[in-house]
Amino acid sequence: MDGDEPALIERTPGVEHHEATASYLSYTVGLGLALLLTIMSFVVAQTNLLWLPGIPVGLVVLAFAQIGVHLVFFLHLGSGPDNTNNIIALAFGLFIVFLVIAGSCWIIVALNANMTP
Amino acid sequence: MTTTTIIAEPGHGRLAHGRGADGPAPTRTVVAYGFWIFLLSDFVMFSGLFATYAVLSGHTAGGPTGRELFNLQNVFIETACLLFSSYTAGLGALSAERAEVGRFYIFSLFTFVLGAAFLFIEISEFAGMVAKGAGPSRSAFLSAFFTLVGMHGAHVTSGLLWFVYMIAQVAAKGLRPHVLRRLLCFSLFWHALDIIWVGVLTLVYLMGVV
Repeated sequence: MDGDEPALIERTPGVEHHEATASYLSYTVGLGLALLLTIMSFVVAQTNLLWLPGIPVGLVVLAFAQIGVHLVFFLHLGSGPDNTNNIIALAFGLFIVFLVIAGSCWIIVALNANMTP
Repeated sequence: MTTTTIIAEPGHGRLAHGRGADGPAPTRTVVAYGFWIFLLSDFVMFSGLFATYAVLSGHTAGGPTGRELFNLQNVFIETACLLFSSYTAGLGALSAERAEVGRFYIFSLFTFVLGAAFLFIEISEFAGMVAKGAGPSRSAFLSAFFTLVGMHGAHVTSGLLWFVYMIAQVAAKGLRPHVLRRLLCFSLFWHALDIIWVGVLTLVYLMGVV
């Protein structure tokens, strides 16, 4: 009985099992994809593979792809029931990040353009 | 009326609202969720620094530009160090969860050495720039650069200190459930730093050189 008690304190009541969400394979696949995307970013930035004005767009796309790889393979953000709240929080976080970055750039670039020289 | 009755009765917890189909979530899930919210707030803080950098990156005040200062070869090595460090940190957390202590220590050694190597390259890059007269006070671009990249470096530094503390906890207390949960939080933090580095790499270094 005494041996069981710490285990009971560690858990919120109701759940006894805890399944592994990750494996060596998923980390290795993630590493491979992340390396591939990183190397692609460096290649795109340093060669004329992409049309010159399109390079920043290409880099942003590759960065988002890599962030997605990190979220899925390293942070194990999936579609499982345990993850619903994490995904909702992430969506809200991304919304705030978007507002701060896009809003700041929009407002300050417009102010800059309207400045008297 | 029926709902309240169901919540009040123990043993019918699986039908209670807001607790999912299987009753309350395990502590591990709740802890990871709380730490995830902290990480998201960290992302929001970084978004302010990213916005600042994006606005100020062109304002060099006649000083050196990113193209003159950045060495992409060093940046590639930094990126690789951080990525492999993240990978071994994940494998370390996985070994800890499977109670493989020996593997945990080996992966932890790799994680620490690679993280420290990243930090060493970054600090020598900063020192080289300051020595060239391109310190944070030179121009708005450089102020924003040192704030953004330096903030990421400060996170890596505190992450390494935290990691040493976690290894000491594993050595002293063993792989108990609460130590495992702290390790889980550490590996989430370490992976999140890698995500922020992807943004720094793309916005600061790669776009600065294009």
